[in-house]
Amino acid sequence: MILRTKLHGKTYEFPDIRLLMGKANEEKSGDRLAGVGAETTAERVAAKFVLAEVPLWVLHDNPAVPYDDDEITRLIHDAVDQTIYNEVKDWTVGEFREWILSDKTSTEMIRRVSNGLTAEMIAGVTKLMSNLDLMYAAKKIPVTAYCNNTIGKPGTLSSRNQPNHPTDSPEGIRAEIYEGLSYGSGDSVIGINPVDDSYGSVARLLDMTYDIIKTWNIPTQNCLLAHVTTQMKCMQSGSPVGLVFQSLAGSQKGNDSFGISVGMMDEAYEMAKKYCFPTGPNYMYFETGQGSELSADAHNGWDQLVLEARCYGFAKRYSPYQVNTVVGFIGPEYLYDARQIQRAGLEDHFMGKLTGISMGVDACYTNHARADQNAIENLAVMLTAAGCNYFMGLPMGDDSMLSYQSTSYHDAPTLRQLFNLRPAPEFEKWMEEMGLIKNGILTDKAGDPTIFLKR
Amino acid sequence: MDDTQLNALVDAIVRELKASGAVKTPASSAGTPASVPSTLASSSTVPSKPRPQSPVSSLSIDLPDPTLTRSTPRVKNPKDADGLKALMASTTARIGVGRAGPRYSTAELLLFQGDHAVTQDALYRDVDQKLLDEFNLFTVQTKITGGKQEYLLRPDLGRLLNDDAKRIINEKCQKNVNVQLVVGDGLSAAAIEANLRQIFPVLKQGVQTAGLTFGTPFFVKYARVGVMNDVGELIKPDVVILLIGERPGLGRAESMSAYMGYKPKYGDTDADRDVVCNIFENGGTNPLEGGAFVVQIAQKMRKHQASGVKLKLAN
Repeated sequence: MILRTKLHGKTYEFPDIRLLMGKANEEKSGDRLAGVGAETTAERVAAKFVLAEVPLWVLHDNPAVPYDDDEITRLIHDAVDQTIYNEVKDWTVGEFREWILSDKTSTEMIRRVSNGLTAEMIAGVTKLMSNLDLMYAAKKIPVTAYCNNTIGKPGTLSSRNQPNHPTDSPEGIRAEIYEGLSYGSGDSVIGINPVDDSYGSVARLLDMTYDIIKTWNIPTQNCLLAHVTTQMKCMQSGSPVGLVFQSLAGSQKGNDSFGISVGMMDEAYEMAKKYCFPTGPNYMYFETGQGSELSADAHNGWDQLVLEARCYGFAKRYSPYQVNTVVGFIGPEYLYDARQIQRAGLEDHFMGKLTGISMGVDACYTNHARADQNAIENLAVMLTAAGCNYFMGLPMGDDSMLSYQSTSYHDAPTLRQLFNLRPAPEFEKWMEEMGLIKNGILTDKAGDPTIFLKR
Repeated sequence: MDDTQLNALVDAIVRELKASGAVKTPASSAGTPASVPSTLASSSTVPSKPRPQSPVSSLSIDLPDPTLTRSTPRVKNPKDADGLKALMASTTARIGVGRAGPRYSTAELLLFQGDHAVTQDALYRDVDQKLLDEFNLFTVQTKITGGKQEYLLRPDLGRLLNDDAKRIINEKCQKNVNVQLVVGDGLSAAAIEANLRQIFPVLKQGVQTAGLTFGTPFFVKYARVGVMNDVGELIKPDVVILLIGERPGLGRAESMSAYMGYKPKYGDTDADRDVVCNIFENGGTNPLEGGAFVVQIAQKMRKHQASGVKLKLAN
């Protein structure tokens, strides 16, 4: 195998597909940490030149972890539609990029081809896209899903109400939910990250959130983002579960570190279809994020973009209601600053949509990253332009439990009003009935959590 | 293009805009009271009264600390004002914050930025040398050479002492002690500054009262938790206690952790360690109590000759 180019008179040669893929990435601290990042800016572009000439079948035949060693590789490869794959396998990555962006390529055409792709093919084309390419291409691939309401419909933008509390206090969490609902946050899910992962605590918060949903007839669902095994126990014990959640990794070893396997997720999915209270048929909720495999030494020497794409292939098996990357959560050793976080957010959203899943983004940062609230407001605007299905809604974007910052209850209506978008249709109707929104604009009543005090 | 050409061009553009009605001149809008663009004048929230002119020297802005009034309800005309206070009291999350259009009130926006600013400054600042001198802590460094940026990017290098550090520690420190205390900056200098004065005497006295040797404590710059392994290999103590600044939360940079290990050695991981985290006054584990707790754990480690998961199993 020869992978070589000249650029401005200098020769650049890449020993294998793994390093070519790593070096073709936009700059990320995590790729440096993994030893696969480009040494110079010119080497990065040289890698892109070479990658643009690689036929898709080569990426298909070089998965990040060999088929025999990894159940995620097997899951993704076994799901590939061979007829479609044979139609596209001889395209180069560069041609694939132009095909996606072409005005002659329709949404339906991309959606069909999506079923003939592996994660490495999706990651490959992503590396050749500029930021605006990623926004434009993702916007062409809307993905809609249904539970108690509809997410991802063009013209809508949803918001997860994320009312986390440092001690899981039901009163405190309820107060935050009220605040969020009054701004129109919660049409994606009312989803809590619990401090205490135990059955009793999780079941208590499921009951509390279900009570709010029933009392106010809210067309939405609840979710406790505990380990999937805890949620399975809750379902079997009769707790009201809306969506079943789990964090996913892009390799079998990574999923080992999360304490999950394909078999376990299959079981959880069957249980969700049987027990979840909403109408469905999409019951699953997943979170991912570039760098999590490297942090568990489960990346097999590959770059974090490829591993992330594999998470989406894993997620697709379960027809999820929603999936989001938690893009800046992992810290500066993987995504150093605002620029890297923004790039990764755009990449992940595009890859999710190309994979064919209902994709949102937790646009966020930790306090030791070189980023601030302005940076993720920018990212949220870019992603909204790209057709992102949903963002997180936190009280002023500040998570008092997980100690990181994300988008806020206020950001959902701001982005909607800025882009002339609406909440999920069923949820908008509910907001209108509550007198919180009129013609897509918040009313005077909005922003007052005390309207929910009197039952 | 010279100035004359430029002026001519500007004049031409202005003429064209006037002709199209996009720009109004004072002359053409003689009937309107003020020359404010109509979109602004129609906004009811902009004060329209002319303000009295007074000399700037009479301006006095002298503000109290806004962080002391952070739970001020800001919802305009809430349906239940008492209820709003009760909701806000139930959580440290920023609720009841009100809005300007769909955005934040000015006070809440600036408070958030103030909290983030404190956090950022804590991260990029060094621990005050005077504090280290006060406790006779000499300073050594990990393999980080490129400052805070490299420290954030290369956690692997922050876990290893550099050669100078090893030499100095070998020269200055008593070996084979019962308890070796190490102080590291970690991700927050402010955390060390906020807690060291209180926790240090408790640890020292606690260890000595228990009849154990305390060793020669020192400070590690650019430290990650894993640096405990190097310290264990060099000094061969029974127990290493590492006080280290935690990743700051928004507006709270003073949270410190005490990581502990029994005879730490190369290859040890978090599974081999115990930790007392969230050490800070007012809301966290008080540093005095935290110190006493740490001494207790150290004794337990010596008794069971284990730490981390092994200690849990031995208990």
